[in-house]
Amino acid sequence: MILRGGRILDPQRRVDRIGDVVIRDGHIHAIAWEPEGVSPSGEARVIDVSGKWVVPAWVDMHVHLREPGEEYKETIATGTAAAVAGGFGAVACMPNTHPVNDCAAVTEFILRRAQELGSCRVYPVAAISKGLKGQELSEFGELREAGAVAVSDDGRPVMNAALMRRALEYSRAFDLVVISHAEDEALSRGGHMHEGLVSTRLGLQGIPAAAEAAMIARDVLLAELTGGRLHIAHVSTEASVWILREAKRRGIAVSCETAPHYFTLTDECVEGFDTVFKVNPPLRTRRDVEAVKEGLADGTIDVIATDHAPHSVLEKDTEFPDAANGVIGLESALPLVLSLIREGVGDPLDILAKVTCNPSRILGIPMGSLQPGFPAHVTVIDPDADVVIDPELFLSKARNCPFRGWSVKGRVVMTLVDGQVRYPFDEEA
Amino acid sequence: MAFSRKDLLGMRDLEVHEIETILDTAESLKEINTRSIKKVPTLRGKTVVHLFYEPSTRTRTSFDIAAKRLSADTYSIATTTSSMVKGETFLDTIKNLEAMRPDVFIIRHSASGTPHRVAQRTPASVINAGDGMHEHPSQALLDMLTIREHKGRLEGLTVLIVGDIAHSRVARSNIWGLTKMGARVVLCGPPTLLPPYVEQLPVTVSLQLAPVLPSADVIMVLRLQRERQGQGLLPSLREYAAYYGIDRKKLAHAKPDVLIMHPGPINRGVEISPDVADGPHSVILDQVTNGVAVRMALLYLLVQRDEPTG
Ligand SMILES: [Zn+2]
Repeated sequence: MILRGGRILDPQRRVDRIGDVVIRDGHIHAIAWEPEGVSPSGEARVIDVSGKWVVPAWVDMHVHLREPGEEYKETIATGTAAAVAGGFGAVACMPNTHPVNDCAAVTEFILRRAQELGSCRVYPVAAISKGLKGQELSEFGELREAGAVAVSDDGRPVMNAALMRRALEYSRAFDLVVISHAEDEALSRGGHMHEGLVSTRLGLQGIPAAAEAAMIARDVLLAELTGGRLHIAHVSTEASVWILREAKRRGIAVSCETAPHYFTLTDECVEGFDTVFKVNPPLRTRRDVEAVKEGLADGTIDVIATDHAPHSVLEKDTEFPDAANGVIGLESALPLVLSLIREGVGDPLDILAKVTCNPSRILGIPMGSLQPGFPAHVTVIDPDADVVIDPELFLSKARNCPFRGWSVKGRVVMTLVDGQVRYPFDEEA
Repeated sequence: MAFSRKDLLGMRDLEVHEIETILDTAESLKEINTRSIKKVPTLRGKTVVHLFYEPSTRTRTSFDIAAKRLSADTYSIATTTSSMVKGETFLDTIKNLEAMRPDVFIIRHSASGTPHRVAQRTPASVINAGDGMHEHPSQALLDMLTIREHKGRLEGLTVLIVGDIAHSRVARSNIWGLTKMGARVVLCGPPTLLPPYVEQLPVTVSLQLAPVLPSADVIMVLRLQRERQGQGLLPSLREYAAYYGIDRKKLAHAKPDVLIMHPGPINRGVEISPDVADGPHSVILDQVTNGVAVRMALLYLLVQRDEPTG
């Protein structure tokens, strides 16, 4: 296959040029730059992608696929179908399934299902603590061997600082990154949205920004103490950004991610009590949104992940305090990420790095590059296409998308995984 | 002035002219409550359903009397979460009741925003009878009617609200309503019982009573829930009473014609001393009387909204 005449953007090698990508036997065979290009040999299929962007397939290092246990919300099949429709060639799935992914059997189950039914690559994240109970470490070594790429108790914080310390220490033996869902439950308990002027107006108990930032400060200090690799999930507050910026300045081994809703939406969305905007961490203020964008701009924030959290109407169509936290993100992320480029938060390579090579590097997975010889995980993007986000068309089982009806720019033209066209589905492979 | 709203959900979204219409209507309906036969046929054939998902005898009774005096048929569903059908949410319950085609739902719920969520999906009118810590508009309206009766106006008055502002829907509704009508609202309470970013509301905030007591035309005393101590928000009720409780000694520094109000029920000896609650400044019983009139006005205005007048 030849992808002809596209703008090839490979953040890992800082490449941004027009050219042809030749894919053979599931790998990037060669890249030929304009004006030479390549002449199609034999029966190679040539796809004209002029005017389009050809980038490494995106990597979402924070999704909830819900399988095993909550298949009514999402499955590995539907979640990965949503992923490739959104331009992602790989996802890392969080362990808060039923049963919890805290043992090799569950990790192997997920990988087997992904192999059989998945549209993209799936990298399991295993639990830090057995049963996500925050008491005993799960068996990192066995989990690593089974295929886990990171550990996290995501959905819940590790409240016990000593356990977090041991996790960061022990993880070093198996080179696992520890992903922290940073939330001090003593400060957040009972809260349903960001604590601020809007929560005061709405009479909803708030979650202060400090509940997140205080925990990030703790974890950063523990990373410094132990030398373990720490990654902070879903950064949403201004204070979180400055703590992480300072930690990086000190040379502490910490990376972090934010999600499109944290650089796009604010707590004002909760006016009207629509539970689709209920998410944890909660949507913050305009000032936090700006700080998150600054963190993206100066490199403090390494990664954009969606925290795709599918829920059915059962969890969402209820009283606000009873509604489940979470938004889906796989099929709306791409245009929102591209909007950062349009807004000048970063140039295309810097922003694309946060969804390609950076998460790949942090997880240590073979994704996020267009280097010849590499497996052909490629996303073709039409950056200028006008799109209205319509969750009814999503391949995810869930509809809890907070961007319903938004007019945005940017569409996935094609997602290739191992050289196979995985999206659109009606394409011949 | 025509009243075109389907629902009465909060004071925050009411316009000044709407508040005036409600208060004027309530004033004119008060006369009915002084008759020997306190009933008019205005809402005959209309169905009013009370859905009280939080115990409140007072508010429910007040709404019920109001509906019956207007000849509406009323049904009351009082329940707590424990008696709910397992797995059935409040919104499921609404779907079922919907089939009975009620004209008005009167909703009290511990979850902020629930009346709003119900209102979005029913053609019936919804009256918020108190949702979580959010709003309690009929209380604010009856408070405003009571102040207007005693002071002849709302504009230019200083209303001091004392106590647990953070958890109070009464305070929130009064802040919106009173400031719209041109009153100045002063909030006073311990910092742990003030809501976050309170200073960004259109109010003045004081952490001590002494500086703000002398200028108040009205003092609204809020109920202090005893569990605030257990939640770590107060060291003791005793200390609260000493610094924020309204007693005769503190009242000596207030204006001679100050009004004392309380939304009830009262914790005598905590937020207010018995002699003040029953004293000459107290208009607490007038609030109860005006509650019926205001709720009659709300029912009347909401139900009549679509029907030809004349
Ligand atoms: Zn999380």
